[in-house]
Amino acid sequence: MEQTTTKREDISSIDYQEFVINMGPQHPSTHGVLRLMLKLKGEIVEVVQPHCGYIHRGIEKMCEHITYPQTIHLTDRLDYLSAHMNNEAVCLLVENALQIEVPERVKYIRTILDELTRLASHQLWWCAFGMDMGALTTFFYGLRDREKILDIFEKTTGSRLIQSFNVPGGLMNDIHKDFQKEVKEFIKYFRKILPEYDQLLTGNVIFQQRTKDIGILTKEDAINFGVTGPSGRGSGFSCDVRKIAPYSAYPYVKFEEKLQTKGDTFSRYMVRMHEMWESMNILEQLIDNIPEGTHAVKMKPIIKLPEGEYYQRVEASRGEFGVHVISDGNKTPYRFKLRSPNFMNLSVMHHISRNHKIADLIAISGSLDLVIPDIDR
Amino acid sequence: MIKEYFKDVFSGIASLLRGMKVTLSYFVRPSTIITQKYPENRAELKMFEAFRGEVVMPHNENNEHKCTGCGICEINCPNGSIEIISKFEVGEDGKKRKVIDQHIYRLAMCTFCGLCIKTCPSNALAWGQEFEHAVFDRTKLTKVLNQEGSTVQKGVKE
Ligand code: SF4
Ligand code: SF4
Repeated sequence: MEQTTTKREDISSIDYQEFVINMGPQHPSTHGVLRLMLKLKGEIVEVVQPHCGYIHRGIEKMCEHITYPQTIHLTDRLDYLSAHMNNEAVCLLVENALQIEVPERVKYIRTILDELTRLASHQLWWCAFGMDMGALTTFFYGLRDREKILDIFEKTTGSRLIQSFNVPGGLMNDIHKDFQKEVKEFIKYFRKILPEYDQLLTGNVIFQQRTKDIGILTKEDAINFGVTGPSGRGSGFSCDVRKIAPYSAYPYVKFEEKLQTKGDTFSRYMVRMHEMWESMNILEQLIDNIPEGTHAVKMKPIIKLPEGEYYQRVEASRGEFGVHVISDGNKTPYRFKLRSPNFMNLSVMHHISRNHKIADLIAISGSLDLVIPDIDR
Repeated sequence: MIKEYFKDVFSGIASLLRGMKVTLSYFVRPSTIITQKYPENRAELKMFEAFRGEVVMPHNENNEHKCTGCGICEINCPNGSIEIISKFEVGEDGKKRKVIDQHIYRLAMCTFCGLCIKTCPSNALAWGQEFEHAVFDRTKLTKVLNQEGSTVQKGVKE
């Protein structure tokens, strides 16, 4: 028998039975109907094979049969936790294609809502991630604070989660009169609360043991697999669309793109925690300076894009969200392709969780923050 | 070696206690509870103007609405939640005119995108603030928005 040196290979030299199990589609920690087919050797994961498509709705195909304003309400239903950014991508695409300049007010409000969405999304991720690790308290604390953001959304946009608030040329309606006051109150409140998150979870010894050096994704792999967003930045891959190709009011604000270099689960966690602080910084720079003006420019009743190909990307909460439209000059797109960040992030799953324990797989999938409807589309 | 081991144990316990402190501090501060007593507070639970509860057609005190039956909302609805059934009516001047008979709205299919309300040329539709939509029979979710015997308001452009 071959001489082995490392501990892990020692284990594998014992004749463990290999077996294949399905994790999901109904597993509490896959956060949706994702089925992971695992090949295990004892407790060690050898192969992770994701099977997608359980909630495939054919959104791309559906979009080919409806007009551009109608596609917006379907993009809500991809990554429902970054609904506002997804809407914005379609709107920006249409506006750029028709060379319409939206009012400054619209740009500011869109950016503020973007950052609020990102905050709400990261809060939900934080509480669900804690729960995956067995810390139930985080779930209630995270949801408690997220509720405050959703209340702000509800007053202005009318819905809590899937808002369809952007329309080509502007916004559905103007902001609620209490909007600025409430956002400022929320920032003041959340600046006090966020250190509590660190005390509860970040410093916790069990949590650290379970996340540090688990699921290491190198920078090269992050680039090769196209892992973007906080998951990519955890590996030192500078991929923030807000910085690379600023849109809306992002050129006017100063913020830092926080990078971590190690690429393990804990780095991805820390990137998101830092992003919450940065989101609040951005909000503070914008909230007092919303210019006066209209909330939408008048658009033609039937929007037709000129013939050609268009691509627009935005930074959603989980990475780069892109819309690629091929138009043949009609009122419906000829081809409507979506680049969803979660699909790329899922593709790296096998690569980084190989040779880890099955319990670490939960930590890894939690740190990638997968939203399944975005994967299946 | 031993020293490090004990250091790890104590720093671990300290981190756990730090977390405990946060939860305990909430335990003694009942003022931070934010849950609502839902069915009890129904009376004062009012939604906001923009709240997307359902699509409604406001009528004035004379049982008049603004819908002309043009069908633009039906075209703009992405999923066929709206159906316009129109009829012909002889007006005062003896001319035959197309008016709305039934504005059918299927709440069960609506995705609350708001396009019908935004695109209606005569502002006949609005958001309703009702949010308790649960029913025992789903046919109840198909509604006729124009009330029985209602007519079009005067002065609404056709
Ligand atoms: S509700 Fe408005 S858009 Fe729909 S048929 Fe009536 S007038 Fe036309
Ligand atoms: S809100 Fe949207 S889905 Fe609902 S009836 Fe109006 S257009 Fe149709």
